[in-house]
Amino acid sequence: MTTVTAPTPARRRAMISDRARAENSLGRKLVAPAVIVMLIVTAFPMIRALWLSVYDYSLTAPDDKKFVGLDNYLTALTDPLFWRDTGVTVLIMVVTVAVELVIGFLFAMVMHRLVFARGLIRTSILVPYGIITVVSGFAWQFAFSQNNGFINSWIPGIADNYNWFGHPASSLIAIMVSEIWKTTPFMSLLLLAGLAQVSEDMIEAAKVDGATWWQRLYKVILPNMQAAIMVAVLFRALDAYRIFDNIFVMTAGAQNTESISFLTYRQVIEQFSLGMGSALSVLLFLSVLLVAFVLVKAFRVDLAQARQEV
Amino acid sequence: MTKKLWQRGGLGLGVLLILFWCLLPVAWIISLSFKSQDSITLGNPGFFPKKGTGAGWDNYKAAWENEQFRRAIWNSIGISLIATILSVALATLAAYAIARLDFKGKKLVLSVALAIAMFPVVSLVGPLFDLWRAVHLYDTWPGLIIPYMSFTLPLAIWTLSAFFREIPWEMEQAAQVDGATSWQAFRKVIVPLAAPGVFTAAILTFFFAWNDFVFGISLTSTERARPIPASLSFFVGADPFNRPASLLAAGAVIATIPIVIIVLLFQRKIVAGLTSGAVKG
Repeated sequence: MTTVTAPTPARRRAMISDRARAENSLGRKLVAPAVIVMLIVTAFPMIRALWLSVYDYSLTAPDDKKFVGLDNYLTALTDPLFWRDTGVTVLIMVVTVAVELVIGFLFAMVMHRLVFARGLIRTSILVPYGIITVVSGFAWQFAFSQNNGFINSWIPGIADNYNWFGHPASSLIAIMVSEIWKTTPFMSLLLLAGLAQVSEDMIEAAKVDGATWWQRLYKVILPNMQAAIMVAVLFRALDAYRIFDNIFVMTAGAQNTESISFLTYRQVIEQFSLGMGSALSVLLFLSVLLVAFVLVKAFRVDLAQARQEV
Repeated sequence: MTKKLWQRGGLGLGVLLILFWCLLPVAWIISLSFKSQDSITLGNPGFFPKKGTGAGWDNYKAAWENEQFRRAIWNSIGISLIATILSVALATLAAYAIARLDFKGKKLVLSVALAIAMFPVVSLVGPLFDLWRAVHLYDTWPGLIIPYMSFTLPLAIWTLSAFFREIPWEMEQAAQVDGATSWQAFRKVIVPLAAPGVFTAAILTFFFAWNDFVFGISLTSTERARPIPASLSFFVGADPFNRPASLLAAGAVIATIPIVIIVLLFQRKIVAGLTSGAVKG
């Protein structure tokens, strides 16, 4: 028989909630510094951009700042340049992500099945991931160069003096090659992690039931790694939509290769027109949100369909 | 039997393709860096330097003797390291709270982090440019360190909280039951378990900071703080219409060496870090 009386239920609840409260406040204190630093450079400038975007404000004439309402937005949205650059950006996003998905999946398949030289492959696949985008841009720009490159002499059917940076389509191809080279590793590593989660037993079972290689790929492997594919596509698509470095280095926007990020940069840093630049910043931000929204929606539909099939 | 052979052959071919695709541009830029500057001006196509147009180590010497380039390397190393250390320290606190404590707003923190990871960096450049000039952070180290921290924190928090969730925290109490003080339990049990995750997050953070270009070109104006990617892109040499390709290539190779060393030493950790947050999260 113990002489210690158990705490009454009410008291116990008070103790638990005391502890929960302490945990709550400790948790908040621990995340606060990180959240503050993240918001300093994003939330505040974004609010400022919203505010500046309704002014006609240029750093070259700071005293002439005047309120213009939504004029900056109207000017941007009615300018064919804005739509051309948006088109270029969307084209780059769709093509690079699609190509990367295919190459990345092939790489992931090879790495998944590999029993030898794993370290070597992992190291070489991480080199493009780690390399500076600007360096990748230079490497490919010089590779495509007619004066000092090697691509022209390596690809059959292309004249030795073909100028890749003299035409819009070929310039875009060069930019996309650099972008794809640099970011495929990220895609393939995420897909590799997804492949590792597909159970071998299921693939084996499908094989026993007489499924062909394609059937196994489409009916077993791909549906079971949908989450990984989704994450990879979402991250890469949003990243590709912000493309800037490669364009800056390789063409500086010449031959109609300007992306929407590059247009915004040019307005702010080269033309010093902060009002117009801020309006473009807000539009860029909204379009990234839109892309994210569309992708998430599209994937949800797919997920629901997949579930119905099962 | 023949099927096995086919599979092996396919796999071998796949390995060769991966190696070729990943390393070709690197080999190319190294090869380019050994072409002589004069031959570049005249036009020197082809993968390898032609006979008599090799430059030996001349381009590397010239790049290294360039004051601007040396300053940029120093800036990049300093800024990236400081940003990495600060960012990982803050992220460790936050990730510990997210993985171990129950508090309101946890979901919100993770959502904010995700939103910032997807933020179009360029849309901040205008207001930041304006703001930094007002508070005298323009063209300084802290002026770059702060944005690098903000944009690497999401990655670090996601990676670290995925790692921390896997740590068997009960071991800390077990050590204390066995007579260790709480400091000993933390230092001898928890630190060794958490260190690999922290280290991985640090590598990924460092890569991001080293690679940044948008902030580097828009928030600096002189070699006081200009990092290496920005410096490379602005380097035009004596003749602005004819970029000194081989000199640039030498500079690019020098800027890539730290990355290659890190990748060679820590490839396993980097892969684990890149995939941990994404799949399990």
